[in-house]
Amino acid sequence: MSEEKKLPRIEIIEKYCKGCHICVEFCPTKVLEMKGFVASVKDLEKCIKCMQCELRCPDFAIKVHAE
Amino acid sequence: MAFDYEKYIRPGKLPHIWCPGCGHGIVMKGLIRAMDSLNLVKEETAIVSGIGCASRLPGYIDCCTLHTAHGRAAAFATGVKMAKPEMNVILVGGDGDGTAIGGNHFIHACRRNINMTYIILNNYIYGMTGGQFSPCTPTGHKASTTPYGNPDPGFDIAKLAIGAGASFVARGTAFHANQIDKLIAEAIQHKGFSVVEILDDCPTTYGRRNKYKSVIEMMNRLKEVAVPVKAAEKMTAEQLQGKVLTGVLHKVERPEYCEEYAKVIERAGGNK
Repeated sequence: MSEEKKLPRIEIIEKYCKGCHICVEFCPTKVLEMKGFVASVKDLEKCIKCMQCELRCPDFAIKVHAE
Repeated sequence: MAFDYEKYIRPGKLPHIWCPGCGHGIVMKGLIRAMDSLNLVKEETAIVSGIGCASRLPGYIDCCTLHTAHGRAAAFATGVKMAKPEMNVILVGGDGDGTAIGGNHFIHACRRNINMTYIILNNYIYGMTGGQFSPCTPTGHKASTTPYGNPDPGFDIAKLAIGAGASFVARGTAFHANQIDKLIAEAIQHKGFSVVEILDDCPTTYGRRNKYKSVIEMMNRLKEVAVPVKAAEKMTAEQLQGKVLTGVLHKVERPEYCEEYAKVIERAGGNK
């Protein structure tokens, strides 16, 4: 790889997450998983910055910080 | 870059009261994105609601808000708009609030064509009060007050609004999240009474009574039933059986009520 892939930062506000599974199910590359009742990042390397999780989270609990 | 929703949310109000998986939060995000894209000034924007789950929405948004009596959002909003015609007035409510208890206010606001935007979050049920059937509950579906299936046919809110005279009618779903802000923004820009129906999910009181195993199944159902207006033109009546059209369904120019009323004042010599 000529250039190192810039990874986004996925911020999950645990206080807001209600564990509805929407982000986990609609992530096209399965970056997220449920850890107990809240969502957490499983495999950041796979993230394609499509922002689906941020767009669909009904609880304002996910922010994808990407350039 | 992450969208800054907090800019439009009252500090300390999150997390909101809606159940896990409820699409109302997705619609609120869409409304915030629409407000941001149009650069609406907080002091010049009023969000009015009645009572219900969806009607809790204005409580979270940092602008002029009014939480009124059940079904009466359109009546209060008409007052706001008549007193301050320069304000952007947005109404938010559920299907029960808008088409049953506030049904009369709704159809007459459509008929008047007053320049407001009504966002109806249709989750097919009265969620907050315990899952009673609403006018939008489909035939045969179960609610706490129809445990053997609802015998009534459900309302088609978009057709009702068109029939009553609304000059802009659109429909989206909570699944098609990136379309919501575009529909709402177009509705706000339209001069006249605009109705945006968003099909939503209620996993707590509707989903579990109607054999939906999860929120994801409810979201996927919205994906399956929705057909964009343009795609529907090429489909046969048979293919459209059980489907719901989405997108901008109706858009016409009609005289707007505030302007017409100003002319009445002029004729009566009120501005002398």
